[in-house]
Amino acid sequence: MALNVTDLRVYYRTLRGEVKALDGVTFSVADREIMGLAGESGSGKSTLAKSLIRLDGRMRHVGGTVELDGAAMPLSDDGAMDEFRFRKVSLIPQYSMSALNPTRKIGKMVGELLESRGERADRAELERRLELVGLSKDVLDRYPIELSGGMKQRVVMVVSTLLNPSLLIADEVTSALDVSSQKAVATTLLGFRDHGLVTSMMVVTHDISLVYQIADTIMVMYAGRLAEKAPAEVLVTAPRHPYTRQLIAALPEVGVRYEDRRLTGIPGSPPSLLKPPGGCRFRDRCPLAFDRCAEQPPFAEVAPGHHVACWKAE
Amino acid sequence: MTTARREALHFALRNRKLVVGAIIVAVFLVAGLAGPLLFDHGPNDYVGPAMAPPSGEFWFGTTTFGQDVFAQFVYGLRSTFLVGVLGGVLAAVVGMVVGFVAGYRGGWVDELLTMLTNIVLVLPALVVLLIVNAYLGVRSIGVQALFIGLTSWPWAARAIRAQTFSLRSRDFVDLARLSGVRTPKIILREIAPNMSSYLFLTFILLFGSAILIAASLDFIGLGPTEGVSLGLMLNNAARWSALQLGLWWWFIPPGAGITAIVGALYVMNVGLDEVFNPKLREM
Amino acid sequence: MLKLDGVSKIYRVGAFGGRELKAVSDVGFEVGEGEVVSLIGESGSGKSTLGRMILRLASVSSGTITLDGRDISSIKDRKEYYRQVQGVFQDPFSCYNPVFRADRVFSTIKEQYFPRVGADEWRTRVEAALESVRLDPGNVLGKYPHQLSGGQLQRMLIARAVLLDIRLLVADEIISMLDVSTRIDVLNLLADLRARGLGILFVTHDLSLGNYVSDRTVVLRKGKIMEMGRTDLVFGNPAHPYTRSLLASVPRLHAKWTDAVVEEVPCAYHEAPEDSRTRPGLAEVENDHYVACAGCAGSKIKETA
Repeated sequence: MALNVTDLRVYYRTLRGEVKALDGVTFSVADREIMGLAGESGSGKSTLAKSLIRLDGRMRHVGGTVELDGAAMPLSDDGAMDEFRFRKVSLIPQYSMSALNPTRKIGKMVGELLESRGERADRAELERRLELVGLSKDVLDRYPIELSGGMKQRVVMVVSTLLNPSLLIADEVTSALDVSSQKAVATTLLGFRDHGLVTSMMVVTHDISLVYQIADTIMVMYAGRLAEKAPAEVLVTAPRHPYTRQLIAALPEVGVRYEDRRLTGIPGSPPSLLKPPGGCRFRDRCPLAFDRCAEQPPFAEVAPGHHVACWKAE
Repeated sequence: MTTARREALHFALRNRKLVVGAIIVAVFLVAGLAGPLLFDHGPNDYVGPAMAPPSGEFWFGTTTFGQDVFAQFVYGLRSTFLVGVLGGVLAAVVGMVVGFVAGYRGGWVDELLTMLTNIVLVLPALVVLLIVNAYLGVRSIGVQALFIGLTSWPWAARAIRAQTFSLRSRDFVDLARLSGVRTPKIILREIAPNMSSYLFLTFILLFGSAILIAASLDFIGLGPTEGVSLGLMLNNAARWSALQLGLWWWFIPPGAGITAIVGALYVMNVGLDEVFNPKLREM
Repeated sequence: MLKLDGVSKIYRVGAFGGRELKAVSDVGFEVGEGEVVSLIGESGSGKSTLGRMILRLASVSSGTITLDGRDISSIKDRKEYYRQVQGVFQDPFSCYNPVFRADRVFSTIKEQYFPRVGADEWRTRVEAALESVRLDPGNVLGKYPHQLSGGQLQRMLIARAVLLDIRLLVADEIISMLDVSTRIDVLNLLADLRARGLGILFVTHDLSLGNYVSDRTVVLRKGKIMEMGRTDLVFGNPAHPYTRSLLASVPRLHAKWTDAVVEEVPCAYHEAPEDSRTRPGLAEVENDHYVACAGCAGSKIKETA
């Protein structure tokens, strides 16, 4: 098993108390698996992505363990995590394509980046990978402003995978892109796994239809906890958690028109994570809620490879 | 109070630079306001023995003419603060008007105002003041403040213009335009409140620099013809060879006073910047 | 109601304004009463520029935009124009001035347009407008923007437009920053407003959203119209290679992307008879379905990424 996360808890410190952004998350990602991590804002998916590589100043690792390829990852120890970053775990952060230094040519930036990590830049390998993602090698001699959004995103993706990490985490890499660029970037991610450049991948997104195209499994998060995890095909056609069901039902598609079928959203809003309610956090908005929901349901396996956190998902 | 303000206050009270700076300035301010009330003689009265070092009666000693240095110091603080406020406010107002209008309107209005700003910026203030001096026999604090105000606004105008440029393309400004709100109101009610922390910082900086400029002008003899100020004290001390005569109590207090006040203001500014800009806070 | 005729927008760029950038080229379409028209395009297509021109936030370089036949740039009193046309933008949080409470957007309207209305009467109107966008007045009045969600803020902006009883709403990417579960609510709201007679120009890059709610669609690319017409015709029977490639790239929930190459078909514009070119640069291939030249000599659609 490539990645094993057990009861991970990461809270944010704020003036008003601790925000329980990630409250007890347990799952695994196998070798050569692409797992999509879907959720809305406040679900904890970005916190999960970030905490697997670096806890920023406001985050606090409260409990739980993470194991990558058998080795425990020291999340709270910034210095010790340095060994893992970029080499074993790599992150493509959100908005990274806007974070390229505008005064540096791409090639120079990559060289400086690798030097700072104590690695030598292998120009031939870099060019080979650029070609693999469909970029010509003279991208290295250009400035970021000369590239389009999709091209910049692919450059960042190549840089993040230069050292063939075991786990690649892609945080909302397609959100700011056009439809055609999204397809190119998503297929690039798929290509990384297929060509063996990365072993496993976690793709964090709010766009389920996009992640369905490339992921093997999809995991849905809600209010800091896991709601459902299933093979992509199963999650999209036969979800069992009420939240997932409503979420899928609220997605407009080409071909579905208002006159034919009026879709409905999910009424209400996610609970505040400062003082989250006890028990199942979806309770207030759930049409199937009953008494037992006051107790948090376990993330149980109801079918092979299909986990759901709901009392009614039998 | 918005949570932003409340949060700002929370950090403000805990920011050491801000608190220490503010306390120093406050001490001098109180001394300047309340101090003169302790005296029954004026700052320039000849009340004691000449060139006497600090003693129980004259805390800061006396000048070559037997004037009470402490009294001069305390009265001097008053005029120093007064010039700082008047000059600073004038510079701030002119800088804001020019900056907002240039930043919001753009186009040829901006070009014109920028040209004006650059001209005033480059103008050698001292030379102009010398010429003005030749025509004005008597100078008062008001004139000095006026002069300082009219020559130190350019850099504030440029900074405010830059900020306004970036704020004006924000959606809520567009929304205000869509609501039919006219330009002056938009500047006043949409743009300025978003820059309030910056405007505050700017004012403090202008206040400090006005004090410094006034002291410098006083020191070289271009200050007000009447009254007393810290810079004037330094001027007198130099003129009457205080350094050579070893009358350290005559020039050290005013020098230290100016340095302390202006330094404290700058440190306050750095602290305020940390308070307002969450990214600078060391948490 | 709203008609664009040969509208173009040229920006001067370069060091001394030497070069020209044509953001919009010769665009013409109409929006009728109670009709939702989608303006679909990727970034750089000029769709937002068109929205801003219609809202008079940007000037028109050439061509005319008319409302009921009147050229909008000739309407001297902007307030009169904004009484009929309003806009809602993409980022709900940046539309609100963060130092003030959210309902200030309503009081600004009151000050500018309804100064003589009494306080109680005004409050009733505001509450009615909020209820018509399915918001509970108690939940949103008196709060600051950061205390409300994106969906609520977006709906308050729509309520603001409803208060003015406008005839045309320009919705510029209003959905993209909302959470998935609230997107559909706002879309349904637009459909309800359409039923009440409001004309809506729905600017978006997301084809599924445009398809869901609009009556007619205009597909833009690099400032020019590629295809336009009734939504079901444009999406069901796309005649332009660009539209087809867009549709092929849209991720669908029940179908994976195919690697099928966009087949090369003859350019629909040039295949159509001369007398079908009823609009400049567009040929009418069926009733209310227009297509532009595919940039002939085969399918010229290269990957833009």
